[in-house]
Amino acid sequence: MNNTVKFKADFPLLGKPMGNNPLVYLDNGATTQKPLEVIKAITEYYDSFNANPHRGAYELSIKATDIYENARIKTQKFINAKYSHEIIFTKNATESLNLVAYSYGLSHVGAGDEVLIAISEHHSNLVPWQYVCQMKGATLKYIYLEEDHNLSQRDIEEKITEKTKVVAVAQVSNVLGLINPVKEIVARAHEEGAVVVVDGSQSVPHMAVDVQDMDADFFVFSGHKMLSPMGIGVLYGKEKLLNDMPPFLMGGDMIDYVEEQHTDYAPLPAKFEAGTQNVGGAAGLSAAIDYLNRVGFEYIEKQEKELTEYAISRMKEMDYIELYGCDSSRDNKTGIVTFNVKDVHPHDVSTIMDAHGVAIRAGHHCAQPLMIYLKQNATCRASFYFYNSKEDVDKFIEALSKVRGVLGLGA
Amino acid sequence: MELDSIYTELISEHSRSTEHKHHLECPNMSLKGRNPSCGDEITLELQVEDGYIKDASFVGIGCAISQASTSIMIDLIKGESVAKARHLANLFLRMIKREELTEDEEEELDEAFALKNISNMPARVKCAVLSWHTLEEAFKEAEGIQ
Repeated sequence: MNNTVKFKADFPLLGKPMGNNPLVYLDNGATTQKPLEVIKAITEYYDSFNANPHRGAYELSIKATDIYENARIKTQKFINAKYSHEIIFTKNATESLNLVAYSYGLSHVGAGDEVLIAISEHHSNLVPWQYVCQMKGATLKYIYLEEDHNLSQRDIEEKITEKTKVVAVAQVSNVLGLINPVKEIVARAHEEGAVVVVDGSQSVPHMAVDVQDMDADFFVFSGHKMLSPMGIGVLYGKEKLLNDMPPFLMGGDMIDYVEEQHTDYAPLPAKFEAGTQNVGGAAGLSAAIDYLNRVGFEYIEKQEKELTEYAISRMKEMDYIELYGCDSSRDNKTGIVTFNVKDVHPHDVSTIMDAHGVAIRAGHHCAQPLMIYLKQNATCRASFYFYNSKEDVDKFIEALSKVRGVLGLGA
Repeated sequence: MELDSIYTELISEHSRSTEHKHHLECPNMSLKGRNPSCGDEITLELQVEDGYIKDASFVGIGCAISQASTSIMIDLIKGESVAKARHLANLFLRMIKREELTEDEEEELDEAFALKNISNMPARVKCAVLSWHTLEEAFKEAEGIQ
């Protein structure tokens, strides 16, 4: 049995048909499928250990607390954070970014300051910074792109200045699929005293990440894009920064003492985890990390690279396909392939591919400023994960070759 | 889902048709319609005189279904009274919402009836109704001004 067949067997949904066709799932950039092991970990939590953690002095509550806190330690090791209390559980990367924008942004960005982000940012790492800048009278600036769709080196060098308070950038763009030079950006930002927020939503599932080596001040990602359930996400922040920040959400569990007119907040990480948390989600995340560690990022990267290179080479043979972010000269391409079919709207492409069981994403990918920058109304996106096979790519190409015909256009 | 029940010849012909895709020389009503989730955007232009739609056109970007639906709609409403156009929009939206139409009502919709199958595709319903909603909104807005 080859590796992909073996992995696919772990994912119940990947074995289910879509209409009359076997499912070819190529929307992993949006969310990945879940292995049975993860689904079982969530079920096991609810059928055997469910209680409110941190609250009760009885065995179940203690067990629930263990599951939750062990997931934190596992996450800490997974991205190599220095301390487990630097890991804050949230709902998803979006909530993590909002936490940083509201708590750090609103208290550290002032009138006349600048926030610098990339034009390729997902709305979740863009709209919150727009809001911070509007509220504080600061200016939102953009790193634009080189001709090959990598971040402009010149913008990185010139637009980080003493006015810059925050640089927010994805490690991998969810549209272009290119790895950004975050380590270099962090070093440059630190020279000017700015903090750097790295969105790892499209990197953490696909490559080994070391937040200390990267020296990011904040790093966020979502569980559901890396085999975990929806509703669990992560914020990593350097201890000192998190300690100096005001809480984002307030309520139960994030306090030490509450008096009529005064509250002492709990220490990290509880300070940023108000209310009952998603313990079942944390149990799922923990199982997902175990699964990914067993597969190994060396294999994951190799498999995705092979599939991507194969897909791009096949697509380049079709003269009516336009590709975006697929000509990088830096050997930094990940498993995201964004494209358009000439004269066909992405939603029609997606509907026609769906009729062949091939699931891809069509639209603006929550990156409207990038779409405008690329002068595209919308695009199609195929995104691979380690469980995809060369046969999946073949079926994708076969379905793609039929699109124009269905609409009465020549091939 | 059968593709040929969606991308029928009629729909793909209309989606490629440029007959109504241009600006009017002197429109007295113009309204933009958008599908924020997919970025589709059309601007509907109407020349309404004495309660009749003398001329109609559209410009914009969208998928085959939204473009075809718009083209068919303009075919249907051009030359008709505003009241008739609003009645047709109401019928069309009811059809897409899978409400029962009488045979006469189905006939009134003429070519637009070809879009009925879209009602089985939740992801594409908004593409089919974009122009019709925009038409309704344009008349509602005009009422508000008067």
